[in-house]
Amino acid sequence: MKVEQISIFIENKSGRLAEVTQVLGEAGVNIRALSLADTSDFGILRLIVDKTDLAKSTLKERGFTVNKTEVIAVEVPDRPLGLAGILQVLDRSQVNVEYMYAFVERCGENAVIIFRFDNTENAIRVLTENGIKVLKGDQVYSM
Amino acid sequence: MIWNDEFETLPREAIEALQLKRLKQTLEKVYATVPFYRESFRKAGVTPEMVKSLDDLRRFPFALKQDMRDNYPYGLFAVPLEQIVRIHASSGTTGKPTVVGYTRRDIDMWSELMARSFAAAGAWRGDVIHNAYGYGLFTGGLGAHYGAEKLGASVIPMSGGNTKKQIMIMQDFGSTVLTCTPSYSLYLAEAAAEEGVNIRDLKLRIGIFGAEPWTEEIRGEIEEKLNIKAIDIYGLSEILGPGVAIECWEAQKGLHIWEDHFIPEIINPETGQVLPDGELGELVITTITKEGIPMIRYRTRDITRIMAEPCVCGRTHRRLQRMSGRTDDMLIIRGVNVFPSQIESVLINIEGVEPHYQLVVDREENLDTLEVQVEVNEQTFSDEIKVLQDLSRRIAREIKDLLGITCKVRLVEPKTITRSEGKAKRVIDHRKDK
Repeated sequence: MKVEQISIFIENKSGRLAEVTQVLGEAGVNIRALSLADTSDFGILRLIVDKTDLAKSTLKERGFTVNKTEVIAVEVPDRPLGLAGILQVLDRSQVNVEYMYAFVERCGENAVIIFRFDNTENAIRVLTENGIKVLKGDQVYSM
Repeated sequence: MIWNDEFETLPREAIEALQLKRLKQTLEKVYATVPFYRESFRKAGVTPEMVKSLDDLRRFPFALKQDMRDNYPYGLFAVPLEQIVRIHASSGTTGKPTVVGYTRRDIDMWSELMARSFAAAGAWRGDVIHNAYGYGLFTGGLGAHYGAEKLGASVIPMSGGNTKKQIMIMQDFGSTVLTCTPSYSLYLAEAAAEEGVNIRDLKLRIGIFGAEPWTEEIRGEIEEKLNIKAIDIYGLSEILGPGVAIECWEAQKGLHIWEDHFIPEIINPETGQVLPDGELGELVITTITKEGIPMIRYRTRDITRIMAEPCVCGRTHRRLQRMSGRTDDMLIIRGVNVFPSQIESVLINIEGVEPHYQLVVDREENLDTLEVQVEVNEQTFSDEIKVLQDLSRRIAREIKDLLGITCKVRLVEPKTITRSEGKAKRVIDHRKDK
């Protein structure tokens, strides 16, 4: 039920983001979803890619600090209140969202949102008990 | 092991008697041969004949690095050039280099003191000494080299740089003792890991580190990362080079200064007044056996204190506490005295934080600013912004708690802070350009 995400530490200086995408592209890694969180000094680039381990080792070789974390991908009905409904479920069960971002591809009629929770297992249980579909890693990497 | 039992364990009275005899000889010699000393003694109203006890030394004027520059290159030599067999010089990054010359006897004495130092550090015949101090004008490389040969160890004259080769040689030649700057030893460990070599698994057992101030925390880091015993050595080219003082393997606490060759004093750097044993201040050294360039009351700019307590190793020579900084490295930030080593100890105590750091000092609207750059590694990195911000805040808070100054902590990418193969450059002070 979990999806592997890599995150990369990027100093706020010109060209660093371009370099990450270039390095990944040359290694034949395709980016499936991404989010960039930034402060005035640094940013954290979070990526879902088709080849996580290759992406991680390639970036490490090029001197980047890279971590792997587990996130989950949730199918969200693509209509008004679709996301709101899911967030209400999470809120009622007191599941805290650390951060979230949208996936590039749709899954049939639904949008896909990536969530990072402080307690991933608990979040998966709450979501599935409420009939919300959580995608498997393999489904996501090959979408 | 003690290299020279007779001199290293002399009773205190005998050391002091020897010092007084040699001091008188040295003062007479420089008074007769070096115009600079004759002039400065005259100005201070002192003559060598006035010296009746060791305490009389404090009536003599100090010699400064500037005096060496003013007499560049050979003005302080006490013997004609035909008796000088070796010339070294400091790097001269802040002006003309300071030039020092050694007679044949000076080189022999230096080798003897370095052999003593190696032995005090726990090295002996049969050790393979991997000498990664730079060979050349810098005294570190050749000073350690001659001492290692005198000891009878097998010395590998690596010099600095060429880090990949250093690691290969350490592996293949079975180096047991490493001599270099403390910051370079950490760089070697890091570079070895990148080559897939665990430096902890090599035969290294002792590291002898000097040429830059380092902290007890960095010692812990080095000992852990390299799986060795890390020994602090002290020296400076103006006095001799490496081997002026060293920690003993037994205590690893304070550096025995070879008192049959040097007289150490601690002064208040502002007033020049001599401080009693145990008080922190600037180290002043007088050489009492050197022929080429004897130095009378040379202000080293290094900050330490004299530890007069007896040592477990049996050596009777007093110890200098690990140098806590240099008066010329001391930063004054918003009126507060700051040594890079203080910030270093804060950083090293935070788990996962890299020992590589840099301080950037600037002035904005007449207010000093301090930025502490710290590298982010896999251990400290997180995919959550708040974790990294907490880390920055924690570092800033601990620096504030220790020094009372507010700083900005900037997290930077790994390996962006320059690694040094010699002395690490920790401070960039932009105020000097303004």
